[in-house]
Amino acid sequence: MVGNPLTRNIDFSRPPLDLGAYEATGGYHGLHAIARGLEPADVLDLVKESGLKGRGGAGFPTGLKWSFVPMGEKAPKQKYFVVNADEMEPGTFKDRLLMEGDPHLLLEGMIIASYAIQASKAYIFLRGEYTDSERILRKALAEAYERGYLGRNILDTGFDLDIIMHTSAGRYICGEETALLNALEGKRANPRAKPPFPQVSGLWGKPTIVNNVETICNLPGILAWGIDWYRSLTKGNDHGTKLFGISGKARTPGCWELPLGTPIRELLEVYGGGMRDGLKLKGFLPGGGSTDFMLPEHLDLNLDYDDIAGAGSRLATGTLILLDDKTCPVGMIGNLMTFFSHESCGYCTPCRDGLPWVDEIFREFERGNGTHRDLAILEEHVDYMGPGKTFCALAPGATAPLGSGLRYFREDFERHITEKRCPYKN
Amino acid sequence: MSSMSERLIASTALPADYLNEEEIAEIEHERTLYPDTRAVGLEALKIVQKHRGWVSDESLFAVAEYLGLPVAELEGVATFFNLIYRQPVGRNVILYCKSVSCWIMGCDEVKEKISGELGIDYGETSEDGEFTLIPVPCLGDCDRAPVMMVGPDQHRNLDEKNLGEIFARYRKGRD
Amino acid sequence: MTEKAKVEITIDGVTYEVNAGSNLLQECLTLGMDLPYFCWHPCMGSVGACRQCAVKQYRDAEDSAGLMTMACMTPVQPGARISIEDAEAKAFRAGVIESLMISHPHDCPVCEEGGECHLQDMTLMSGHNYRRYDKKKVTHRNQYLGPFINHEMNRCITCYRCVRFYNEYAGGEDLSAQASHHFTYFGRHRDGTLESEFSGNLVEVCPTGVFTDKVFSENYTRKWDLQTAPSICTGCGVGCNITPGERYGELRRVVNRYHSELNGYFICDRGRFGTGYVNDAARLATPLDGAGNELDAEAAGRQLREIAGNAIGIGSPRAGNEANFALRKLVGEENFHAGYSDAEHACMQLAAELAGDPRFYNPSIREIEQADAVLVLGEDVTNTAPRIALALRQSVHNKALELADGANIPRWQDAAVRELAQQERSPLCIFACGATRLDDVASDRVIDTPSGLVRNAIELAGRLDASAPRTAKSHEALERVAGQLLAARRPLIVAGTSSGNIDLIKAAANIAGALQKRRAVHENHGGTAAPVDLCLLTAEVNSMGLHLHLMTRQENSLGEALRKLSSGETANVIVLENDLYRRAPHAQVDAALDAARKTAVLDLLPNRTTAKADLVLPVTAFSEQQTSYVNYEGRAQLAYQVHRNHGAACPAWQWTGDFEHFRQALLDCAGSVAAFAKLGEVLPDTSNLPSGIKVPRQSERYSGRTAMKANLNVHEPKQAQDPESALAFSMEGIPPRRDATILASSWAPQWNSNQSISKFQDEINGPLRQGHGGTLLLEKKSEGGEFKPVPANGDGGGLELLPAFQIFGSEELSSRSEAIRARMTDAYLAVSPADAERHGLQQGRGVRLSGGGIEAIALTCIRTQMSPGAAALHVGDAEIDYHGLGSQVELAPADAPEGRGLGELIVSDLVRMREER
Ligand SMILES: Cc1cc2nc3c(=O)[nH]c(=O)nc-3n(C[C@H](O)[C@H](O)[C@H](O)COP(=O)(O)O)c2cc1C
Ligand code: SF4
Ligand code: FES
Repeated sequence: MVGNPLTRNIDFSRPPLDLGAYEATGGYHGLHAIARGLEPADVLDLVKESGLKGRGGAGFPTGLKWSFVPMGEKAPKQKYFVVNADEMEPGTFKDRLLMEGDPHLLLEGMIIASYAIQASKAYIFLRGEYTDSERILRKALAEAYERGYLGRNILDTGFDLDIIMHTSAGRYICGEETALLNALEGKRANPRAKPPFPQVSGLWGKPTIVNNVETICNLPGILAWGIDWYRSLTKGNDHGTKLFGISGKARTPGCWELPLGTPIRELLEVYGGGMRDGLKLKGFLPGGGSTDFMLPEHLDLNLDYDDIAGAGSRLATGTLILLDDKTCPVGMIGNLMTFFSHESCGYCTPCRDGLPWVDEIFREFERGNGTHRDLAILEEHVDYMGPGKTFCALAPGATAPLGSGLRYFREDFERHITEKRCPYKN
Repeated sequence: MSSMSERLIASTALPADYLNEEEIAEIEHERTLYPDTRAVGLEALKIVQKHRGWVSDESLFAVAEYLGLPVAELEGVATFFNLIYRQPVGRNVILYCKSVSCWIMGCDEVKEKISGELGIDYGETSEDGEFTLIPVPCLGDCDRAPVMMVGPDQHRNLDEKNLGEIFARYRKGRD
Repeated sequence: MTEKAKVEITIDGVTYEVNAGSNLLQECLTLGMDLPYFCWHPCMGSVGACRQCAVKQYRDAEDSAGLMTMACMTPVQPGARISIEDAEAKAFRAGVIESLMISHPHDCPVCEEGGECHLQDMTLMSGHNYRRYDKKKVTHRNQYLGPFINHEMNRCITCYRCVRFYNEYAGGEDLSAQASHHFTYFGRHRDGTLESEFSGNLVEVCPTGVFTDKVFSENYTRKWDLQTAPSICTGCGVGCNITPGERYGELRRVVNRYHSELNGYFICDRGRFGTGYVNDAARLATPLDGAGNELDAEAAGRQLREIAGNAIGIGSPRAGNEANFALRKLVGEENFHAGYSDAEHACMQLAAELAGDPRFYNPSIREIEQADAVLVLGEDVTNTAPRIALALRQSVHNKALELADGANIPRWQDAAVRELAQQERSPLCIFACGATRLDDVASDRVIDTPSGLVRNAIELAGRLDASAPRTAKSHEALERVAGQLLAARRPLIVAGTSSGNIDLIKAAANIAGALQKRRAVHENHGGTAAPVDLCLLTAEVNSMGLHLHLMTRQENSLGEALRKLSSGETANVIVLENDLYRRAPHAQVDAALDAARKTAVLDLLPNRTTAKADLVLPVTAFSEQQTSYVNYEGRAQLAYQVHRNHGAACPAWQWTGDFEHFRQALLDCAGSVAAFAKLGEVLPDTSNLPSGIKVPRQSERYSGRTAMKANLNVHEPKQAQDPESALAFSMEGIPPRRDATILASSWAPQWNSNQSISKFQDEINGPLRQGHGGTLLLEKKSEGGEFKPVPANGDGGGLELLPAFQIFGSEELSSRSEAIRARMTDAYLAVSPADAERHGLQQGRGVRLSGGGIEAIALTCIRTQMSPGAAALHVGDAEIDYHGLGSQVELAPADAPEGRGLGELIVSDLVRMREER
């Protein structure tokens, strides 16, 4: 049985598989299962049972999300499915790998998802900078149309689907699913209020599902090989495999598909090859720039939604960013704050005006002008921009490394103040 | 829509054929993909930028007029996004990643080297009009940091040594 | 009225009953609590952007931690438990205001918002007083936004209210949010005049000093230093409630005065910026004889009464009821004539007749907003009754609200409702001779000549009711429109008197009548059904009032008056506040005035009619007098004197000498003219004011009173007395508790801005707690029958002439204000491209019109959407003899008159100017 359903076809020493080759390895079996008579509700049930959780960051159960889409006679006829391929979370490089490594896997997943909610139009919201992904996906799309997997009456199911490639004009907030919808509509990408959720009123006011690339790439396997297989993939409480990555000063940074529940230490030491010579791990962000720092003492936890949450952080994108003992934590957090401050959409107050202040304070620390008063202001902002206080999750995301960083690396902040310089710079 | 913006355009006296046939064909294609003209507005700006390098005031007016969208609204959209350039850029745009993983891997030092080599800081265009340097968020190749894009191409594992050779490839006459 | 459903919620330990379906912020404000907010607006709902209204919400009785929630975005749930006072919530709100202020310039001393600034109020309320931010501020470049509005972006707190009002509420297209994060900018795409007719509301919608009143800037005064009184806008027949402010004897500015049934929170730019004429140096200040010699008041009064002995009186639709009544009394009922054109006279009669027809209902603005299918017949509403156009724009939003109800999205969730509905709108069909400023929200348009519109309207009525007369000619939209009107819950037909096309009003009545009949059959198996909304717009502030004075003498038209004078049947004439040359063919006016033995004119500015007078008596401007006006609905409203009279000017009822006090004039009018029987009800209820105590026109903080005139005399002058009203020209007194119509300004402790109005409403957007919104005078009488409109024969060879109205320029007095003049065009004739070509006309060049034996010159204005065969003439302040031209005109090219050109014309379909111009 397949153990690495997401990456089994990926081999960057050659071009990605074309449609024929993809089919030869068992591709589009999920779609054929539909053609053999699976109803949309059956697909929904399978996905619910699989326990698949969203891989875009929030980890929301995918089947449950789909089930909020109004179905049946009274529901709006037009529905949309959107793939969130806007990957811009700092330190995250997993969706690119899937799209460039095995484009048909994503397309098949999209067809399955669109079928489940009976969406006749699906958009790939692709990050504008991902030019290689665009080229590869466009080629795959053409093949799928040619083969009759897209277009009218797919495989005689009576189901129509068009997939449209949309390349983003660029902004991190577009990854937030409701801001993404505004961007797709050609508007300023401010997020929308929830409720109403996109499942009820989404793209152009119609029921819409937004899912992450990796989430969707799980679907073909679930349909082709079933729930039991899917559940057996895991080592922990959550089901399936997940892409995990390492960036920063490991010996062999990279991205690998591993069972959920794999110990963090195994990821770092076996796959990442441990820290580079002469460097020690000081901390790490477990799932991209908007997660709380974890410490070396957490290495024996498993890469599992609950385990990571237990340590006060989030699994989120599953791509670890390593902080070594020769890199300044204040500088690292400051880098993130510049990013978040610049990428704030400007809609709500705490984020729009809070982050630039925070960022300015980091610049002062860098110049050796940081004060205890500044430090207190930073601390206030952690709470001030926290969950529930802002319009969307961008600013709370920013407070994750900020809050945990202030807690774990307090001494480094203090040294900046007392030494009036960055102690990591010589 | 359309009503007031038309008047504004009337006063700019753009030539009727400002948008070329190719641009119009591409814009018309986008129209078939979205149920609403607003969505096409943003796509049209990208199309014009693809052909002309950036979105000038004239281009903005032309798109607004062509699609019947209010100029002010289109300007609001154009200035929101990072990859719509409302100022002229060089022949090659360098999108330089300065997010966290690249930062850890020393992108600031590499950037200094680029600035030295091309004589430009962020937001500037080299004197010969070849390169514009723009910082961008994480380019999604963090395991091969530092990373940048020149035009459509991704360049990974940058260090102070491989830069010269990369830039040489993009200089006029070399491609 | 159905009782609203109530639910109980607990706020800081106290249980209250609140409106179900509402949100926490709105209900807290209704309860009189001080919860700060910015992005929410009572009329525009919630978007949750500013985060200033945060409160703590607890899950249940056990929950003591609670969660922070934005009150404006949280529906009230039965049993909800919240806290405003919770320490964490307070700290968060303090954080928000601190954030908002980090780049604020702190320039209150030089900011024109100071003293009535929502940001100042909220800063205090949220407890922010020390600035900790010591980094670099973000600064912005300001734009030139035209003659009405200043722009000072550095004061912006990014609440998004401006664009939400300007674009989403008012349909403007040239203001937008630009850039992002803390560089977010609100402006035009580049410098230039803000195009919306409602741009002035930005001054009040913006919670700080980004958008301020440029006209006011010229002679700025703090809110607390203005002397104010409740007044009525005299810009058109809607009668919006306003608060003018005076200082040093000058009218300084006008702001909106909340009225729950009429203007709500918004007025148009004519109303706000069109009162500069009051301060005009050319104002008539002393009585003059025919040679221009000054007369003393007593002699002048005597002369007037002498003239009245054998005189016709010509009333005025821009003068109040008491002035018209006084003149009527002076010359006798049988000698009192209309002061509007004969065509308008006929339309007014019909309009009033329809108002008395129980099959129809003339809706208030609030009710117009509730229409879910609208038909506009031949009225360019944005230019003739602008505030109603704004209301029609809201009516199309009803479809979105309906969809929201279906999707369980609360109506106040403004952005969510708009995102759900996208382009879906309630139907709005416009019958017009060309493009209008409501076209962007119109579902259908029928463009034709004036006579063609009548034919189409007859046809539409026929489709609604087989027994109505019909013709063969029709338009493809009619079937659809008929269906929409029949399907609507609350359909609305809008027509008006402005273009003097009585057949269109008849057709409108037939349409509404047919609808009512069909609804009666449908709803009630042939019984009676609710009346159908038929909104008939009247042209001027008191057109309806003038009509009521003429009710029993319908034959007393202006034409008849002129005839009596020319024929010598009557010797003298007294003209009340009227330039007759705007009302009738010039030759007729000349003949009448030349034949008259004596002509007396009462007016406030010199004009062509005063130039011919043997006696000119200066009268007070709207802000210098107390008077009542009757609006299009038949609603009588009282306007108060704001400041002293100009020179020797006094109200017309004083000149006639019959009354000593205003009250007498008003009550005598009510007692002797049947139509005004209820007029006495407009007088305020002052029963709670202890005898002798009045309502102050000046705020408690009014400064410099003793020093104001010190350059003239160091002794403090005695305060002017006001024996005529319940208001005092001083700071002493108490605010009204029984009657909102004497609320001189809206202010409450901690609430210096106009947002204080919520403290006076019985609930948000509801009537003012003190009550009284004017008195509806028109009574329902008996049902009328069908009319037989006869479309004019449009085949005379020439083009059918109709008037083109402009919000800036068509109204007589406002177009004599400097600010409005900056937005005016020259006289122009709008024609279709085909007609322009046929007559060799070029855009912006001259055109010679001939008809009725006379000629006139105007600028050519070629509009792509004009109906061929129609020619719309905008007269503006040019001395064009519109009424002399007749109904058909021939055109020929001519030299363009030197002047303002067409530059300020804002229409959607102007054909591009030729390059060489
Ligand atoms: C500021 C912000 C940025 C986000 N960026 C992304 C992104 O780039 N890609 C992504 O899939 N989800 C992103 N998300 C999460 C999405 O909002 C959404 O939860 C996700 O696309 C849902 O897909 P899933 O259920 O498959 O995880 C972002 C969220 C926030 C608040
Ligand atoms: S937290 Fe607020 S300002 Fe920040 S991105 Fe979200 S909505 Fe925009
Ligand atoms: S008023 Fe509630 S968030 Fe602005």
